[in-house]
Amino acid sequence: MASRQSAALDRKKFFADPVMLAAILILIAFLTLFILYPLAMLLVDSIKTDTGISFDAFPRIFGDTTFRHALVNTLELGFVTSLGSTLIGLLFAYVDCYVKVRTKIMKRLFDVVSMLPVVSPPFVLSLSMILLFGKSGLITRSLLGIYDANIYGMHGIAIVQTLTFFPVCYMMLKGLLKNIDPSMEEAARDMGASRWKVFTTVTLPLMLPGIGNAFLVTFIESVADFANPMMIGGNFDTLATTIYLRITGGSYDIAGAAAMAVVLLMLTISLFLIQKYYLEAKTAATLTGKASRARMLIEDKTVTVPLTLFCCLVSVFVILMYISIPFGALFKLWGRDYSLSLKWFEYLFKHSGLKAFKDSFVLSLIASPITALFSMVISYLVVKKKFRGKGFIEFVSMLAMAVPGTVLGVGFIRGFANGLFHSGIMQGIYGTGIILVIVFVVRSLPVGTRSGISALQQIDKSIEESAYDLGAGSGKVFMTVTLPLIKDSFMSGLVTTFVRSITAISAIILLVTPKYLLVTCQINELAEKGYYGVACAYATILIAIVYAAIVLMNLCMKFFGTSRKIKED
Amino acid sequence: MAQKKGVRIEHLSKIYKDPKTGKDFYAVKDTTLDIAPGSFVTLLGPSGCGKTTTLRMIAGFESPDEGEIYIGNEPINELTPNKRDTAMVFQSYALFPHYNVFDNVAYGLKLRKVPKDEIQRRVTDILALVELSGMEARMTNQLSGGQQQRVALARALVVEPSVLLFDEPLSNLDAKLRVSMRTEIRRIQQQLGITALYVTHDQAEAMSISDKIIIMNKGVVAQMGTPSEIYYHPVDEFVADFIGEANFLDGAFKGADGDTCTLVIDGHDVKVANPGSRKPGDNCRVVLRPEAVKIGEAGVLPAKVTLSCFMGSYQNYHVMVGKTLVKITDSCPINKKIYNVGDDVWLSFEPECAHVL
Repeated sequence: MASRQSAALDRKKFFADPVMLAAILILIAFLTLFILYPLAMLLVDSIKTDTGISFDAFPRIFGDTTFRHALVNTLELGFVTSLGSTLIGLLFAYVDCYVKVRTKIMKRLFDVVSMLPVVSPPFVLSLSMILLFGKSGLITRSLLGIYDANIYGMHGIAIVQTLTFFPVCYMMLKGLLKNIDPSMEEAARDMGASRWKVFTTVTLPLMLPGIGNAFLVTFIESVADFANPMMIGGNFDTLATTIYLRITGGSYDIAGAAAMAVVLLMLTISLFLIQKYYLEAKTAATLTGKASRARMLIEDKTVTVPLTLFCCLVSVFVILMYISIPFGALFKLWGRDYSLSLKWFEYLFKHSGLKAFKDSFVLSLIASPITALFSMVISYLVVKKKFRGKGFIEFVSMLAMAVPGTVLGVGFIRGFANGLFHSGIMQGIYGTGIILVIVFVVRSLPVGTRSGISALQQIDKSIEESAYDLGAGSGKVFMTVTLPLIKDSFMSGLVTTFVRSITAISAIILLVTPKYLLVTCQINELAEKGYYGVACAYATILIAIVYAAIVLMNLCMKFFGTSRKIKED
Repeated sequence: MAQKKGVRIEHLSKIYKDPKTGKDFYAVKDTTLDIAPGSFVTLLGPSGCGKTTTLRMIAGFESPDEGEIYIGNEPINELTPNKRDTAMVFQSYALFPHYNVFDNVAYGLKLRKVPKDEIQRRVTDILALVELSGMEARMTNQLSGGQQQRVALARALVVEPSVLLFDEPLSNLDAKLRVSMRTEIRRIQQQLGITALYVTHDQAEAMSISDKIIIMNKGVVAQMGTPSEIYYHPVDEFVADFIGEANFLDGAFKGADGDTCTLVIDGHDVKVANPGSRKPGDNCRVVLRPEAVKIGEAGVLPAKVTLSCFMGSYQNYHVMVGKTLVKITDSCPINKKIYNVGDDVWLSFEPECAHVL
């Protein structure tokens, strides 16, 4: 075939566009330095010894019973949690989409339940689990009179994780069910299938890849979860907590921790790859387009009553657990003296609580615009532009989703504590607020990018092309056309990052220095020591801040968002 | 207005990879065109023929693999779309949904740092030209499809580009609006004297709007000419079949006589236009338009009616000449004899209506 002049021309045009070139270079540098490099350092650490390259660390940790137990525990927990979450999520989604619900209260209840895990810090349910079912739990001790209740361990974590993650499954599966065309099911009914038969032969097979997807997403979340096992795990150690203890505990076994982190990383990444490239494609292939008509809802009482009852009970239980947090902060002494007082809040503000909130707040606030802008630029480049290195940018920014916080934390320690490649370069950022902000950015980038990509895919390519054609350069097109059109996505990126950052703990707890007090680390520490009242006071204020941020975002979208102006007819 | 410029394309090729087979293929192959300044030229062809790819290469969204594009005498291969003196009207209009009509049209002028009062004047003028005065403050989603199309046109026109590019701009409109909009586009183009390149797959649109039509097929230019040249003197079967309806009759060359010649078709002597340079005995294929054939009791070719259908303004016949199907449209059938299926009839036509390929 003739010489490819187009490649050379594309390159020339590319270099004639300095804004885009700069954006790409900055992004590649950032992603390489703060995602790939720390992970690569982990790999290097786990095989490098004083005498040269050796894989000794791996047989050593696999011979280590603590590690073997942790690995088995992690997988077992992941399996139980994701099974439970997927099933409950599926039930909720089914009731939401298929069952006729009389009252509006149910709908509100479902909305609240799907919203709660978004606004709550990751370990809140563990805290309330202890408050309700622990040794001096409200239900176990005060109501049932059980004095030796033991909520710590696998069952505790599994319950807490299931309750934390099932709303995510619910939202995922609901989206799928909404896309199933009811006429397919009506056709099956019409040919004589019972309702159960329709579910097993039509609905379920169509959903199967989606269910698998939800299962794996939860599995990754569960495996990567650090805060809950830490708080309610007792002697039940998972990989994430074991790695943390290796580093913070007496042994300071960095090579061992690095090798474990590599194992954990491999686990989550392989799950992530299956989920992303196999199941997601399959889900998209079986379910395309929108339902053509509204679905006839099931009114049969033998179906509706048990299903709604179950979902109501779960919802009420979850809400009860959240409510116990502010009460935990208001009661004088949980388990003994249930009279109201503000003493835990007073204690909090007397003991550097204000500084903790200020530090958390400020660092998260700095991370938000950076992440939102980065993720919008990444999605713009990925969706709208052709260039070499695009695959790299997309893959690495998505990869961050599969990296457990603990692994990232260890990677940052190894990568930056002694400077780049242990050379001292950039050592200055270690232990400062900068590195915390960077971790916040890296942790939220995939979420923002995903939302940006899906927002951009709905914008006709020719809208940007016409701006380009009329004389605008890439930067101008992005600022005057693209960004205004995905303003909603940008705003939600801002708030999501803020929320995720202020509630983050897994990576941060390994990197934070005494110079900074972070709310989440404070809560963790207090809960460990058994100061549940103060921990609850912290958590209550934290939830209030997060909730306020989300309300603010919704207000902003309502008044300044593009979607309203564009979508209304 | 700036000096009028034409577009010249020399040996242009674009190679794509087939996503299924992974093999390379030419989307556009060795295409050379010269579009005169101020003329209205249409690229016409079936989908996948390379017409949109050609247009997008001129706009700069795609880079050619071979060849060079000139606007006026300036080669533009290396320019990014924003540096090219072209303005495109998109199929989906591509209006900016977050701007109102005025800001949409003013976008290109603001980028060119035109003074504010001049922007005001030029936008007002151009909106008057496309008959949208008074709509400045509307958001684009408050406009009908035809109005959106006018905004898109105004936005492209207002920057006074050397070349105006149209990418199937009317295909999202309903049939009636399409007809009135194409007259409108033609009127404005004539009024401003701007060079226009128009992509469409609608032949009626192409005929009515263009100075010249370029028929493309499989990435190659099949024919370039005025609408009537293309209709009456197609160079090959593809062009004949693509533009209008065509009947093809095969015959043997018998002898020439000035402007006409005689062919033997289905055993009968038939006079057709003389293609020149044919020898007796050569096989010839004749293109015959359905409206050029007369059906009656006498003529040059005998036929049998296989379909007879009243269509309002004409009677539609299918007849068999030997083993060849011939379609006939007999206009204004109210005063004429209507033949039924199975009737034996005779066909006749003027020699100049029968074009030998």
